[in-house]
Formats: sequence, C-alpha cells, structure tokens
Amino acid sequence: MTNSFQDFAKAKLILAIGTNMTEAHPVSSSFVKNAVQNGADLIVVDPRRTGLAEHATMHLPIKVGSDIALLNSLMHVLITEDLYDKEYVKSCCVGFDELKAKVMEYPPERGAEISGIDAETIRKVARRLAEVRPGMLAYTLGITEHTCGMNNVLSCANLQMLLGNVGFDCGGVNPLRGQNNVQGACDMGALPNVFPGYQQVADAKARAKFEAAWGVKNLPEKPGLMMPQMMDGLLDGKVKAFYIFGENLANTEPDIRHVEHCLDSAEFLVCNDLFETETTRFADVILPAAGWSENDGTFANSERRVNRVRTVSKAPGVSMPNWWIFKEIAARMGHKWESSSARELWDNEISVLAPALGGIKYDRIEGDGLQWPCPTETHPGTPTLHRDGKFTCGLGNLVPVDWTPPAEVPDAEYPFVLSTGRRLYHYHTRTQTGRSAGINEILGEETADISAADAKALGIEHGEMIKVKSRRGEVTVKENITEQVPPGMVWMAFHFREGCANWLTNPVFDPVTKTAEYKACAVQLAKL
Amino acid sequence: MKNDIITLTVNGRDVKNLQVTGKKGQTVLEVLRGNGVYVPTLCHHPKMPPYGGCRLCIVEIENMRGLPPTCTTPAVDGMVVHTHTERVTRVRKTVLELLLAYGNHNCLTCEQNGACELQNLVYEHGIEHVRFKTDFVPKHIDDTNPMIVRDQNKCVLCGRCVRGCLQVQVNGVIDIAARGSDSYITTFDNKTLKESNCLYCGQCVQSCPVGALTEKKAKGMGRQWELEKVRTTCPYCGVGCQLNLHVKDGRIARVSAVEGALPNDGRICVKGRFGYDWIYSEERLKTPLIKENGGFREASWDEALNLVAAKFTEIKEKYGPDAIAGVSSSRSINEDSYQMQKLFRSVIGTNNIDNCART
Ligand code: SF4
Ligand code: SF4
Ligand code: SF4
Ligand code: FES
Repeated sequence: MTNSFQDFAKAKLILAIGTNMTEAHPVSSSFVKNAVQNGADLIVVDPRRTGLAEHATMHLPIKVGSDIALLNSLMHVLITEDLYDKEYVKSCCVGFDELKAKVMEYPPERGAEISGIDAETIRKVARRLAEVRPGMLAYTLGITEHTCGMNNVLSCANLQMLLGNVGFDCGGVNPLRGQNNVQGACDMGALPNVFPGYQQVADAKARAKFEAAWGVKNLPEKPGLMMPQMMDGLLDGKVKAFYIFGENLANTEPDIRHVEHCLDSAEFLVCNDLFETETTRFADVILPAAGWSENDGTFANSERRVNRVRTVSKAPGVSMPNWWIFKEIAARMGHKWESSSARELWDNEISVLAPALGGIKYDRIEGDGLQWPCPTETHPGTPTLHRDGKFTCGLGNLVPVDWTPPAEVPDAEYPFVLSTGRRLYHYHTRTQTGRSAGINEILGEETADISAADAKALGIEHGEMIKVKSRRGEVTVKENITEQVPPGMVWMAFHFREGCANWLTNPVFDPVTKTAEYKACAVQLAKL
Repeated sequence: MKNDIITLTVNGRDVKNLQVTGKKGQTVLEVLRGNGVYVPTLCHHPKMPPYGGCRLCIVEIENMRGLPPTCTTPAVDGMVVHTHTERVTRVRKTVLELLLAYGNHNCLTCEQNGACELQNLVYEHGIEHVRFKTDFVPKHIDDTNPMIVRDQNKCVLCGRCVRGCLQVQVNGVIDIAARGSDSYITTFDNKTLKESNCLYCGQCVQSCPVGALTEKKAKGMGRQWELEKVRTTCPYCGVGCQLNLHVKDGRIARVSAVEGALPNDGRICVKGRFGYDWIYSEERLKTPLIKENGGFREASWDEALNLVAAKFTEIKEKYGPDAIAGVSSSRSINEDSYQMQKLFRSVIGTNNIDNCART
C-alpha cells in the first residue's frame, strides 16, 4: 500500500475494486465503513454484491475480468472532459501522450459494452472521482488474479496518477495483501530476482555486498524460477529437489490434479510444516516447525509496517523455529551461520542489509511497529509513499494498457464463469482455522454460490448438492442461492478439500507476475 | 487558536478548586479526564459516541439545574464543577443498587471478575447490601453459538455493545429493545446470535464493561488477575492487527484487540479473536518424519537434517544448483523467509526461491 489503514477512516472518497474487504480484510473494511458513516463516497467495483457493496454509495457490478475496459473508459472521460490533474501529470508523471492515445480507444460506450456498466454511469463515476480529491484506491486479488493482473495494476495506478491522487494522505494505490506476511516474505527476498530489500540479484554491486556479508563467493546472478515454473520444472525434470515451507500447494494452486502430479514427480521433496497436509503427503522429509506464538519474530503488514510477534509457549514435541532448521541445514552443508535468534537475525543481518529497513530495530518496535522506508534509527517511518507526487523512482510512469479477456470464457459447453476467493471465517486450507474450536461450526463446508435465476433455470433448490465441472475436473458441492452473485456466475472458495475450487480453476498465469487466473474460468453446473 | 481554550474549576474526590483547561467542543468529561480528574462512568467508551444512559458520570455544576451527566454536557468556559458532593454520591449509589437489584451478579464464577467496571464501582461506593426488593425475573442466557455467551442477567444496559457493533465495526447486528427495566439487548427479529447476521468479531464482548458478554472458549481458563497480557500480531490477513494474548501458565485463555494500537485501534475480526487454539491441536507435528515404504516414520533431528543436507548436496553435484527450488511461507515470520533465501542463495547457490506472493 502507498498509504496506511488509518487513512481509510479519514478518506473522503474510496474506490474499492476487486476487494472483498469485509471478508478478506475485515478490520480494514471497518475503517472504510466508518468513513462512509462520516459522509465519504464509497464506490465499489465488483461483479458480486459483496458485503462492502452493501455500504457503497455506488456499486458497479462489472463483468468478470473487464476492469481495464472500465478504467480506460473512466480515464477517457477524465481526459476528454478535461477533468484530470494537469499540473500533477505535467510535473510528476511521464507517458501521458501514450496513455491518452490508448484510452481514446475506450470511449464510455465501448467500456460499457465490455464491462456491462452503462456509459452514463461511467461518466458519472469519472466526474465524481475528479470532484472529490484526493481519493483512495484499494484493490485486492480481484485485480491481480487474472492473466492480465499486471496490466490491471498498471491501470489502477494510471487512474490515480491522472487524478493526482498519489502521494497524499487518504489517497494512493492500495493493494491489500492477502496473507499476513506476504509483504514481509517479499521484503526478505523470498523472490527469484531480488535479495532482501529488493536489491537485484542481477546487479553486481548488490551481489558483492551480500557476498561480503554472507562470507561466500559467486552468488548466482541469473534470476531464478517463479513458483509455477518450479512446478513445470518438476514435471520436465529440470527441478529435482523441492523445498516447501509452510504452504499447502496441493490445495491452494490452480488445477489440483496437475499440481499433485507435479509434486509427485519431485525426486526429493522437503516440507517444513505444523501439520501433515495434502502437500506433505508427497514429501520425503517433513520437518516440524514452531508456529505463531511459539517463537519471536516480525511480520510486515500491507501498509509496510513491521510488527513484533511474541512467544507465549513452547512448540510441541521437538519442533523448532524455521530459521533454526535452515541454519542447521546450512551447517550440514558446510556453512556456519552466526545469528541464533530472530532478534539477532533482524538487528544484525536484515536491517543492516536492507536500506529501507535500516532504522527498524527490535527495541524500536516494542509497541507499534514502524513502516518502511525507515532508513535510520531516528527516522519515524513512512506512512505515505511518494509524498506530494515525488515518486521514489523519479517520475510516475503512465503506462498504456489494453483490455484482454480472461483466458477461458464461457461457451455453450461451459456456460458459467467461476470466480474464487476467501470467506470470512476460514483461512486458506483451514490447517489453522479448521482446528480452532467452533469455527467449523460457523462455516462447515464449501458451497457454490449462484443466483436465484440460475438456480431456477437449472431446477435446483437452495442447499441442494450439485456438480460443478470445468475442463480440469469436477466437484460435488452444496449449492447456495445468494443475491451476492449475478446470473451467469458461480463463486467458490478453496477452504475445504472437498469442493475446493482449485479442482476447477485454470492454471494460466499473468505472463510477468506468474499470478494464476483464479478469478475466471468456465464451468458447467448440473443437478445430481 | 487561543480563544478555543476554556478553563473550568473542579472540586472533586482528590482535588479542591483545581483549574483545568480544555478545548471548546469537548464534553465536561473529556476535559476532566484530559486533566486526570476522576469521574465514575459506565456507559461511556472513549471510542464511541456519547450515550448518556447510565447516570454515573453526573456532577453538580454551579448555575446549572439538576445533575448533568458529564459525558454529554458540553464544557463551557468558567464552569465550576463538583464531582463528589454528597448529593451526587447518593444518586450514584442508588443507580448502582438498582443495577444490582435488576440483575443477577454472581461474581464468584463470573469471567469478568476482577476486570468488571460494575464490580469496581460497587466496591468504590462501598455498597454491601441492596436496599431494594424488585420483581426481577431471571433473563435469558444465549449460549447457542460456539463463541460468545450472552448473560442478560449481568447486563447493565450501557449500550456499549450496540455502539461497538454499529459504530465501530459497522455490522449493526444488535440493538436495545423495549424500555425501562424491561429493556434488553437483542438482535433484529429477536433471534439468538447464532441465527442472526453476527460475524463474531467480538467487538461487543470487548466493549462490555461487565460479564454480560464473554468468550465461550475463555470459560474456566483463568481469573482475570492470573492472566498475563502478551502483545503480538494476528497470524491471518495482511492487516496485521495487534492482539493481546491473555495467557495463564503459557496457555492462551482469550484474545483481545490492543486499544489505541496501529493499525487496528482496538478492533479485530473473528479469525484474530477466535482462531488461536489450533496451536494446541493434538494433530501438530511433534517430530521429524522420513518417508519409508510409502508411509512416514519418526526420526531424530540429526537423521532428518543430515538426510536433507546429503540429498541437496548430491543433487547439486549431479545436476547443478538450479535443480533445487524452494517456496517460502507468506505466513511465517520475516526472519524465517530471510533465512530460507539465504540458504538457497549462499549455500545451495541458486535464485530458485519464491513465496506465495500471488495468492
Ligand atoms: S460479535 Fe461483532 S457482529 Fe456479532 S454482535 Fe458482537 S459486535 Fe456485532
Ligand atoms: S451486554 Fe454489556 S455492553 Fe451490552 S448493554 Fe449489556 S452491559 Fe452493556
Ligand atoms: S484480526 Fe482479522 S482483520 Fe485483523 S489481521 Fe487478523 S485476520 Fe486480518
Ligand atoms: S457515563 Fe455518562 S451517562 Fe453513563
């Protein structure tokens, strides 16, 4: 996020696109709803009438995967009606002419045809966005989990820059990160192309720095594989050994049958985990790890805030912290590492090596955490990035992007769009929430959410078991009639192994980010 | 601005003719609290709009009639406030006695014992006997859902749960029904919480000053004074809510949101509040496991780690470092991810390290 969660409560206008915040980021949504109570505009763009849409001043139920068409049309109106922030664009951004040429191809009428939102509404929204500034844009996986995910993100950024909304409190482009420490895992360099602190592995200077710090020579310069490529590597034999730390890939990745085939092909598979999972079935070695509240450490949240996590009890049996496990493997491969606590790792290695984290030390985050960039030990942290439109990388890049449809769209054989996501009560594959007393009682099984109209046409009663089938697989699942879902759409989650949406989802990826298209594939429904 | 500053004079429990300053627009209570002057309250909650329902915060203000509640009375420059006159104290005592008479406050087994605002007020006012005989009929206890127990017999009708649900979390599930001593807290359509639209965020529980709303899972897990508070970060979504774990003998009895903390300022959701006890699951892995003949057998750390190191070394030598790949956890701590990428880059010698950033 360029901005902070507290900004939501104070915002004058919030454009929430592809974010089911009331379920996936409930506390964040409470701040958004507070803003609405205080008179803010809330514009929700989502195919479903989500919990957040219930509080919206305007809900735009776009067709699945039509975001760019809508955003380009909004920008078309801003430019043709001369409503964009010319001053800001001129002094803070580059690429306006190219962007203009592209969005001119998307008059509201064309946007309307693709997105299903009528042209007048598009004009109205654009004018409102120009009127109430700064406005905050928030998005979640509804934007990124598409084959055009990267372009969706660029398009959101284009809109906010055109409006001159980036670099101010209660403005900005705000992706809410899904998992508690996905921000942190990226910050730490658990990515194939960067060291901790986003220092490029391809950069010789960065390599020299880490070689010196880690006491090694010849750190590899070629960026590594992204996860979907690792999976394919297991199949074609390029990857022999696979190490999975704390992820249940066999349920979370698209097309479970394919994923399990990949995992089964590994010559040697190691898992660090808390429980046996569908994924650890394929392991050769399972290493038992300390879990949350069983070790000290830090998480980084979506607003780049590094927060402490503390120990209250010992892990069961001989389970050990993951950092210890990695350290022991390194030792057995001939490398003696010094740090022997999370605090030592952070204070003596991470914050020393990653410039943006340089000022964050354990003794500074006893209470509230600090938001990076925080380069020195007297720096207060950075709640808002690109302050006053001064972009960290110089000028803000306006990048023209075209709308492209999802890789698989409904046809005569598979006439419904399946879109997937999370529900409030469970987390991912339920390894944790499913074992927390009472939660299964509140939500005990997967459902396929469909509209009353479709249920009627198919002759299905509320709560009946139905078959949902895609080109990848099929599941039998309880059907749930809801006003949230429009006709033509099915919505499911991936919390339960039985009825998990990922038996059906399409393993196609954004070409750059390699994020899978969880939000769109084609399915058929049948009465049992 | 200078003329926004107002000055009040207070005579109270511990103060005489004290001059206190505040800002125009503040309530009398806010000015007094801001200056550390004590006034009892019950229905007031600093993060909620004032309600003015309990009448414990009443005072005498010179040149004003009656006993105005400080929580709803705007502060005016020059006010002279008496917080603990005999008249004020007498009314407060009566209010408290009525609350006791119209309820069933069995502190002996109450989860809130020791942290109860009513108990503290009764103690402070030295109320040992209740003078009133009433027609109080025991009320309904709703414990049909797995998370929250609502015991209306302990409810003091302060409305904090209602405001917490409607104004803080904006869920609007509960409200006060009926009037006077017949009032009670209920969901729309008078359903149990289980049958209602309740989202189990527990804001109502956290807002309740007494034992009328408690966590079912906390029952019998420890008295309030035995619990140690440990601040930590929620392990679920990317908001990173700050939690207090209330711990007895190394075991979490309950979880609450840290008030005034960033980013969540005293709020959490159902997962943060109730999704903690998986750590005690019997199904936790307790020892390294090695696959043998299609099944797993237990192994020592040495055996398991030696095997992993040997296999990685062998594969690296045979196929090169890029034949090894790893995925780090987006759920575990930073320090773990750092350590894993360091293992891959500096020991194995490959950049084949990624995380689930994309789901
Ligand atoms: S748990 Fe949350 S949603 Fe349910 S009644 Fe309490 S405050 Fe409202
Ligand atoms: S349940 Fe608790 S918070 Fe709600 S009105 Fe009763 S005493 Fe107040
Ligand atoms: S309490 Fe809920 S909203 Fe807060 S971090 Fe945890 S899962 Fe997210
Ligand atoms: S605190 Fe003022 S009336 Fe209750």
